[in-house]
Parts: sequence; structure tokens; C-alpha cells
Amino acid sequence: MKTAAGKKLYQALNITEFEYNEILSRLKRKPNDLETYLFSAMWSEHCGYKHSRKYLKRLPLGGTVCEGENAGGVLVGDHVITFKVESHNHPSAIEPFQGAATGIGGIIRDILAIGARPVALLNSLKFGKLTDKWVKHLFNGVVDGISTYGNSIGVPTVAGEVGFDKCFTDSPLVNVMAIGVVHKDKIKSAKAIPGNNIVLVGSHTGRDGIHGASFASKELNENSKEDRPSVQVGDPFMKKVLIEATLEILELEEVVSCQDCGAAGLLSSTSEMGSMGKCGLELHLDKVNLREEVMEPWEIMLSESQERMIFMVTDQGLDKVLNIAKKYDISGKIIGKTDTSGLYKLLWNGEQVACLPPALLTSGPVYTLNENEPKYISEYKNKEFQSSISISIEEGVKKLLADPNFASKKWVYRQYDHTVGNRTSLKPGEGGSAGIWLDEEGGVVGLTIDSNGRQVFLDPYNGAKNTVWESYRNLVSDGFNPLGVTDCMNYGNPEKDEVAYQFVKSIDGIADACKAASIPVVSGNVSLYNESTDLRVYPTPTTGMVGYTDNYDKLIKNSFSKNETVYLIGKQIDETSNIGGSLYQMVCYDFLGGSVDSVDENLEISLKDTIFNLRDNHLLDGCIDISEGGLFGALFEGLKSGNSGFESILNDSEITEKVLFGEITGRYLISVKDTNQTEKLLNNNKIPYKKLGKCTGNNIKLGNIALNLAELTDLYDKTIELEMAK
Amino acid sequence: MKAGVVVFPGTNCDRDTKKACEHFGWETDYIWHDESNLDDYDIIFLPGGFSYGDYIRAGGLATFSPVVQAIKDYVKNKKGYVVGICNGFQILCETGLLPGTLSVNDNTRFICDVVGLATSDDKMPEAISLPIAHGEGRYFADDETLKQIQQDNMIFLRYQDNPNGSLLNIAGLIDRKNNVIGMMPHPERAVFKETGNTDGMYFFKLLEAEIK
Repeated sequence: MKTAAGKKLYQALNITEFEYNEILSRLKRKPNDLETYLFSAMWSEHCGYKHSRKYLKRLPLGGTVCEGENAGGVLVGDHVITFKVESHNHPSAIEPFQGAATGIGGIIRDILAIGARPVALLNSLKFGKLTDKWVKHLFNGVVDGISTYGNSIGVPTVAGEVGFDKCFTDSPLVNVMAIGVVHKDKIKSAKAIPGNNIVLVGSHTGRDGIHGASFASKELNENSKEDRPSVQVGDPFMKKVLIEATLEILELEEVVSCQDCGAAGLLSSTSEMGSMGKCGLELHLDKVNLREEVMEPWEIMLSESQERMIFMVTDQGLDKVLNIAKKYDISGKIIGKTDTSGLYKLLWNGEQVACLPPALLTSGPVYTLNENEPKYISEYKNKEFQSSISISIEEGVKKLLADPNFASKKWVYRQYDHTVGNRTSLKPGEGGSAGIWLDEEGGVVGLTIDSNGRQVFLDPYNGAKNTVWESYRNLVSDGFNPLGVTDCMNYGNPEKDEVAYQFVKSIDGIADACKAASIPVVSGNVSLYNESTDLRVYPTPTTGMVGYTDNYDKLIKNSFSKNETVYLIGKQIDETSNIGGSLYQMVCYDFLGGSVDSVDENLEISLKDTIFNLRDNHLLDGCIDISEGGLFGALFEGLKSGNSGFESILNDSEITEKVLFGEITGRYLISVKDTNQTEKLLNNNKIPYKKLGKCTGNNIKLGNIALNLAELTDLYDKTIELEMAK
Repeated sequence: MKAGVVVFPGTNCDRDTKKACEHFGWETDYIWHDESNLDDYDIIFLPGGFSYGDYIRAGGLATFSPVVQAIKDYVKNKKGYVVGICNGFQILCETGLLPGTLSVNDNTRFICDVVGLATSDDKMPEAISLPIAHGEGRYFADDETLKQIQQDNMIFLRYQDNPNGSLLNIAGLIDRKNNVIGMMPHPERAVFKETGNTDGMYFFKLLEAEIK
């Protein structure tokens, strides 16, 4: 078939000549038109991971439960905590409300497909500068989408991060992480087994989201808004019903496997199931319930209509499954069978319209990326930061607190139901991470999501490594032992050498960090082509990390209260410290450059052990890890939570921008009452430390500078709200 | 004590409410929305969520369900207590079992927070704090109704720092003549130590005292 523009179909579908030849040689014949459509979706970057697959293999998986399934997990007692982070960047760039809403829908289905009840959501959002009108529209739309959808389905949104930088103006990042809980004996696989019925449950299939997978695999440009029909439309009510129906269906022994319909809908779900089980499938497309009167077979296969699940069911189980669908008033339809042919066969009114091995669809080409260091790396590294005497410490503090990157995100999380589910032990603002009570086992699961694009841009290897350790420190500061990681890799166009280098080096950084921390990467997602004609996003690996503590009483507060003494434990900043990528340099000086601090893995692990020692010896009152905003940022957050002023014992030469705001790895602030015992323990554990001062009064006093806590808190709390009211 | 927790498609606090009831040793069942026999129960909860998607208006569609019709008879025949929390309160107002209505929050946004509440029941402490999570929680009624509500001592929960623009700071109403309670805050989310707040316990203790 030729298209109107005289292009061949495969060309119009963005299949390259190389890939088309690959199809011909593997298939040993020309694909028909329908098959060409199938390849275009399954071999897209979004479904095929063709630029990333080779490198993702470097990530450590040891200890993962449900490896290779829709979402991996870690074991806590008899239960699996399953979790995954996924992006919905491209749809959110043009249709923020639906883009973000369906992003939640998609990740929830991944958790559901293995039989787990979703218990929490987190998100990592990046936008352009908040003063920009278009950015406000995107920010508001995304938050509204998450609020409307997440709140309705009854899964609490318990934590997240929001960042703002010019590079995200055209390509916002919307990463959503979901967490589920399932008993280890009740996990369902997505592997197809011959001799079963294929049942499609949930919404009817319509034309929405067709080509969504390919749309998510290209750069955005001024014509991208024309791709709006490629954005799926979500229905949270239907999703809530589907969650309950699915969990009831998955209780049945007669259901042998399950898969959700996400990107490339029915096509990717069924072909992946077939491919995983090396099993044949026969799908009768005319049996699929449709929303439109007439749809072509290729449209049915590529539709990304939301809220649909595929179940493989024995003959004996069919009635039970269909009755559950009926109880919930949703559609349930037998659309095919599995067999031993090893072939993926599509039928349309009895006639076979496509036939090929499913593995051909699911194992697309694998590209090798250019790993040479691009020029910009050394250029930025050699940029020298010049502090200006015209900006005083007081001004610096105020600028930092009023920067939307640092300021309170209460305007955002107040719109998310973070307590539904009756499990939220640590709410937004109460710690470095969120806590979900695992009453099934008696303890609390810790959850965090983090990224630091500035550092990764300057130094992809060390920056990515530190992203993982930042998540680690967030969990440790609240008293959780880190157990596993999920990552979402957000990058520009991988066909460009700079991006290729950023991607490969960050994978290596994440892999090395996880190995050193002895935690597996249980799941993940890659989002490429996040760039427009003018702007490319910082290379942004987002890491979601899960930890655990066996007792609620072992959680550590994030507040520094009156009469407690504050210590900095871990690395200290001196003249030689590398603080490249620090937020204050960007906020006060619009500067990005220099070297990024490298992580000392042994110190990180001893810091964790020491913090837990202090807690178990009842010496620890508060703990906060030091990240964005540096020492002062962490100190302010602790004092604000504890509602106390502070009197520092730092000498004047230490009250500098670099010491107060600089960002390096491997450190925490702690607050204690018994300084003697604390110092003894720190000395015994060979932890470097520095006493900073005492919590007292209503002002934060640093040398001869006195900052009013209430005034600073007001600035911190209201920045985003006021900006959004403009 | 036997409790029933009504489940509509779209309800999302059914499990939370059952978990809380069971914590107090109450035998608790789910009641599916097509059920019409409620004779077994001492108390019926209409829990939070988005019944039937809350399309048209919060609680609007639920009023037509068989279970809500059965609840009307249950109330009329004084079979026991009916408690509507959040979406349940909205349904009770839509049905006319409680006066007034709940409209969109005055900031037009969904609000999730922990709020301070003044109570007017001597079986509860004077002030407690409970979680709220709603987009349509602004209590509204005409002047005459408001007067009547006050005369009948129906306001048992008031916001200390009104988050949503509710008239008279109304957060919860109790109709002692008919044993119907409606409230926007979520007491069931504040029962377990592990959720950081146990003030909801006072409400469940109040119910126990009322029913015994």
C-alpha cells in the first residue's frame, strides 16, 4: 500500500529502511499492511526499547521478585512489595490533564496485572520556569489530572518531587510510580500457556491513543498539538471498577495469566504474553467490543483505549470470569484462544489477516550508542564559579526559599488524597520519604522518588550515581532500610551523540550505585526524544526506592525541636569540595558548571548504620539528609518542622555560601539531646561530624545574621501558591 | 454490634471503614449497592469515594440505587444508625435524609489535609483533629434551614479553621430523632497509631455509646 504522499506504508509509519530490511529477512517474506502496522508499533522506541535495551542489561537484578513481569518487587516476609515508575511525558506536553491522568492509569495496571492491590502512588514532575504562562497551564493541568484520577481510584498519592528549569519548557517530565502489595503465593504471571481462552475485560475499544507508542518515540515540535488524538482519555471511575473486578478475577485459580493493555494496546499485551510463554495465539478481532461502529483490524490492534485487561482462562473458569465482569457492569468478552502453534494469528470475520511468530514483534532491533565523551562535558567542568559579594547570605537564603524548586510543594500535595487507604504512616512534608503501613507484616514501607538533572547533565556517571544515593539517604533519614529501586530514564534524542553518552554513562552510574548498596533494580522505563527544536531536557534518571522498617516506632522524625543540639554527620565542605550542580548557583547566579562530588559508598553505608545505631540507642531525635539547598536547606526544614529557632556555633569563616548552600554527597543533619553519648557513638563508628549549634528561640542565628523563622516559613510556604494565583 | 458498609461502584473508603469497624470488634459486612434488605444491621455506613463516578453531581446518582432506597426505609422504621462519611454525607444530603447540600470547595480545588474540629458532643473531647479529603465539601443551606439545624442542635462538628467555605463552619451533622449522621472528615482514617492520628476513635466510641 502507498499513502497519499506517495510514500510506502512502512515509510509513512516511520519504519527505517534498515528496520524494514530486518523485518524482511526475519520474516522471510514481505509483511502485509496489517503486519506492517504491528511492526511499526512494536518496534517503536516506546515498546521496543531499541536504543536502550542493550544497556539496561547492565543494571543489577539480584534479589528481584517477579523478574521480567509487568512490575518487579522485593519480598517482605510473606508479601511482595511490587513497584514501578513510568513516564507519560509526551502526552502531558500537549494535553496535561489527560496525559497525567492516563499515566497513573497505565502504571496502576502494571501493578494490578501481577495480582497486587495498588496501595500508593508517587510522582516526579519537571516543568519550565513557573513564571511562564504556558508552563503554569501545564503544571496546573498535570496536578489536576493526578488529583482527579488518583483521588477517584482510591490510591493515595503519598510523595513526589516537582522541579522547574527552562530546559523542561517544551518537554515537561511526568513520571509516576505505583506500589502494590500481594501475598507471595498469589502472584500472577503474564506468560501465556497453550489451551486457554483469551478474555478481554473492561472498557470498549475505540480510536483513542492510536499510534500513542510511536508518538511517544519522537521529538516534539510545533506540529505536536496535531498529535492530540494520540493521547488516550482516562476514566477513573471505570479504572476503580476495573481494579476491584481484576483483583476478584485474579483470585480464581482458573485464571492462568494476566496482562494489561498499555502502549500499543491489545497488540503489545497479547504478543508479549505469547512471546514470554513461547505460545501460539489466535485472536478474533471481530469479537472485540467496539466503541465506534466501524474500525479496521489495525486500529483495533493499536488502539490505546484505557481501562482494559487481558486474562488467559481455562474452559472451567470462563463463566466465573464473565460473571465477575457482569457483577461490576463491565464488558467481558472471549476474543481468542492460545495454542501450541507458536504463531500469533489475527482473524477478521473468520479470515486470517496476519500470522507471524510473536517473538518477531517483541524483539525488535537493538542499536549501539556512541559512548564518546561529548565536548560540552569538559567545557562545563572547566567553568569557574564566581561568588559575588553583592549577594548577602540573607538575600541568598530568601532567594533560595522563594525558588519554586526549593519552596514548599503544599499547593500540590494538598490536592492529592494522601490518606485514603488507611495506611499512610508518613505524609508529605513529614519526612524525606513517605511511609505506608504494611499491616500484613506489621511494619512500614518507605517510599521515595528523586532526580537531579543538573548534576547528571554535568557528569552523567557521578550524577546518576548520586541520584540513587539521594533516594537511599531519604529512606535512611526516616529510619527505613533500602530494599530496591525502580528507574525512569528521561533523555533527549538518543540518535544524537551527546544524549547517547549521557544515557550510557548514567546507566553505568545507577548500576554501580545499586551494586554498592546491594539493592536490585526491579523495574523501570525509558523515555527518549524529550526535546524540541530549541530545548532538550537535562538527562534525568528518576529513581524510585522502596525500604522497610519492621516497626512504626522505629521511624525517625524530620524535626529539630527546642533544646536539641544539631550535628552535621558525614562529609564536610572545604575549599576543595566539588559543588557543581548546586541549586543556589542556579537560583542566585544562573550558573551551571564545575565538577560534581563523587560518592563515597563505604561512608554512605556507615552513615546508615550509625543513624540506626543512634536511633536504637534512643539518642536520635531528628534526622534530615542534606540535598538540594545544602546544609542551610536541611537545617531550615528541620527547624520549621520543629518550630524552633537556632543559634549556630559556626565561626565567621564558615558562614559562606559554599558551606551553607553547597551540595555534596554523604551527609545528614541530626538533632540530639545527649551530646556526650552521641559523640562517643560517632567516634566509635569513625563518622566525621561537626557540632553546628542549638535549637532555641524564634530566630535562626548564624554569626551576626539573624533570620526570623516565621518570616522564612511564610516565604517558603506561599511561593508556589502566590505564583499560581497570578 | 453489627455494621454494614455500603459499596457502590466507585466507592473507595469501604475497606478503610471496615478495617476501622473491625478494630473496635464490630462484626462488619460489605453491602453491595443492589442490596435491599438491611434488617441485620445495627449501623450502616455510607463510606467515602466517588459513587458511580459522582458524574452529574457528588452523590447524585447514588440516590437512585436500590440500597439507598432501602436505607430510607431503614431510617423511617428506626432500624438503626446511618452514618455517611464524605461521599456518604453528600449522598445523605442528596437523598434528603439530612438537610442542606455540599458544593464545590470555595477554592475550587480538592483539599487533602488534617483539620482541627470543635465538637459539641460531651462524649467527645472539645477539640479533635481528623483528615479531610474532598473536592465538594462546602456545606450550604438556606437561612431557614440553618436556623432549624441550630435549634435542633444538629451541628456536632465544626471546622476550627474553615478550609472549604462551609456555612457556620459545619463539618458534621447529627439528626438524633432519626439516628442519621453525616460528616466530611474521615474518622476511619484516624484509628490506628500507624497512621499517626487516633482521634477518630472518639467518634467510634460515640457510636458505640449511642447504639448500646
